[in-house]
Amino acid sequence: MSDTARIAMVDELGKIGNASSLHGSGRRARKVVEEAREAIARAIDATPGEIVLTGSGTEANNLAIKGLYWKRVQEDPANNRIISSSIEHHAVMDPIQWLVDHEGARVTWVSVNDRAQLNVDELVDEIERDPKVALVTVMFANNEVGTLQPITRIIEVAHKYGIPVHTDAVQAFGKVPLSFENLDIDALTISGHKIGGPLGIGALIVKKDLKLTPVLHGGGQERDIRSGTLDTPAIRALGVAAQEAHDHLSDRAVRMSALRADLTARVLAEVPDSRSNGDTDTLPGIAHFTFAGAEGDALLLLLDAQGIESSTGSACSAGVPRPSHVLVAMGMSEPEARASLRFSLGFNSTSADIDALVSVIGGVVERARRAGQVSKR
Amino acid sequence: MRVIAAMSGGVDSAVAAARAVEAGHDVVGVHLALSANPQAYRSGARGCCTIEDSRDARRAADVIGIPFYIWDMADEFRADVVENFIAEYAAGNTPNPCLRCNEKIKFEAVLNRGIAMGFDAVVTGHYAQLRGSAESPTLHRAVDHGKDQSYVLAVLTPAQIRHSLFPLGDTPKEEIRKEAERRGLSVANKPDSHDICFIPSGDNAGWLRDRLGVAEGPIVDEEGNHLGTHQGAFTYTIGQRKGLGISQPSDDGRARYVLKIEPVSNTVVVGAHEALAVSTILGEKLRMCGPTPQGVHRGFAQVRAHGAAIPCAYEFVGDALTVVLDEPLHGLATGQAVVVYDGDRVVGSATVSATL
Repeated sequence: MSDTARIAMVDELGKIGNASSLHGSGRRARKVVEEAREAIARAIDATPGEIVLTGSGTEANNLAIKGLYWKRVQEDPANNRIISSSIEHHAVMDPIQWLVDHEGARVTWVSVNDRAQLNVDELVDEIERDPKVALVTVMFANNEVGTLQPITRIIEVAHKYGIPVHTDAVQAFGKVPLSFENLDIDALTISGHKIGGPLGIGALIVKKDLKLTPVLHGGGQERDIRSGTLDTPAIRALGVAAQEAHDHLSDRAVRMSALRADLTARVLAEVPDSRSNGDTDTLPGIAHFTFAGAEGDALLLLLDAQGIESSTGSACSAGVPRPSHVLVAMGMSEPEARASLRFSLGFNSTSADIDALVSVIGGVVERARRAGQVSKR
Repeated sequence: MRVIAAMSGGVDSAVAAARAVEAGHDVVGVHLALSANPQAYRSGARGCCTIEDSRDARRAADVIGIPFYIWDMADEFRADVVENFIAEYAAGNTPNPCLRCNEKIKFEAVLNRGIAMGFDAVVTGHYAQLRGSAESPTLHRAVDHGKDQSYVLAVLTPAQIRHSLFPLGDTPKEEIRKEAERRGLSVANKPDSHDICFIPSGDNAGWLRDRLGVAEGPIVDEEGNHLGTHQGAFTYTIGQRKGLGISQPSDDGRARYVLKIEPVSNTVVVGAHEALAVSTILGEKLRMCGPTPQGVHRGFAQVRAHGAAIPCAYEFVGDALTVVLDEPLHGLATGQAVVVYDGDRVVGSATVSATL
């Protein structure tokens, strides 16, 4: 968490007041919430009334997908198809799959190319083939390899047929310029912890006239779309972090891009038979590699032991590492996907961090390759 | 040393990991995911295969303060342990999957992977002791004979033993539970596991029938008289008395036992308890825990994980073992492991190929 966001949150934790109460403490808390809402709105170029605060990015995605689906099917039962991409985060894939399994939804997962960019012509064909679509949801940028998606084109095509569009921008918000207004998108998800804000806070940015069926029912705190007592300390900190991310967006992006370029070049030079993945048009903070023949689990363990934290994709409920569905969708074989991992840079990463990584990566990959050889997989 | 602690989520492996840390080793906790679908195996709070077990193992690693990872060994476990278990039963044998798991998974797949990654040893919560030098340690029974697990470790080679640590062997189980409590390990009172971990119901026969299908065949006595029909010879084991499904009582009114399983003719032979007596055991597929002794020696033979140690004379020749028991034992099936001890030291093991 950024220092300013943390200090704001700690300060707020010491104060009382429910933003929904009418008394003095309540009014004070309400003021804090609304100021934060305005800061978030400024950071993403939306109006404050379009910010629906949630308990996480996952909740915001559930609200967008289920809320839009239910509303659209209510309007016309034939609108029961969802179009998405094959590289979404589980917080998008799983709510869609739930609608398919329990609510009779149909889904089309549009493929991506080997750089993880959506095949937008395929998406256009899918819409034109059958425009009875509840919603289109495609992430703004992929969380594993960083590739930016052709959102503008997707919105243009979907809107031609009156189909609402949602994007999961958790990974992109605060990293690349994002204007809710200019995009003319219907709903967009952000999350606190990816921008130096707290864990457990997110928001769905929703166009004012967009109709959503609520997922959480109760006090109706957020535009009657989302119920639940507002977490004033987390919201205040999110406002601070959003403001900060917005103010420093370009200098952070320049710094992270430079660090990433250095990291990529030096890792590729250090490790024989390695390659970097993703597109040229990508998020600044993500470097993704495949070290042929190495075991991702072993890479992660050995790097962790050196104080370097990386990620190999997702794990199932029992914690068993699985080959990333994103990499498989990009056309990688399972062994290739298992030999891949991601390094994420944050706004506070330094060149000393890169030096530390480069100094150990050669030996680590060598050992992970030996582990790969003894494994039968 | 850099050490991998294999953590099942039970009390023993948790204390073993903690003891390894205290001994000054650099320890990393690893939980083995042995099922591609954790819900498909054991569903209780005991054993090695559930989501709950992996959480318990993770929590124990947190308390001990060591890194923790989950290694996916489901493919290896299925191929080397589960499939082997099914195939052995189909061939009329009675295999011990825990031995097989130690031989192929814990001290082979895991150890080899660890060594490739720069680790020196695997530490487990087995009740057994290592003695002698670090270069050539010998494997011995645990002080707690009731919990002793040297039988299921008797498949380890000297090289595997050299890269193993069994820190619990010098302590009775009850002390380990108390120690777990003292260390703040929440698994202190978790029940021991007993059944085969991949057969959650404990109904081995039903589980095998689901996989091998129903294959009706005759149940006969030693003279070949037809006594009944079974649903698959593979669901029986030598020495079994219950659940034979024979309606007519024996002539002398005494209980009948499974004496023989003939997989080719799919026949189960039953008879009196005396007919189960075995005084000579022939074994094959030797696994020696140290140098192979030459000539005939006196020692002890054990044929079950917690069975009695029976005084015997034994000789290893080539890839064969002959054991002559001082007192006959009853109900030994081919496919079981016979482990030979010199006092409390494990000499080696073999798979029972015939009995006389």
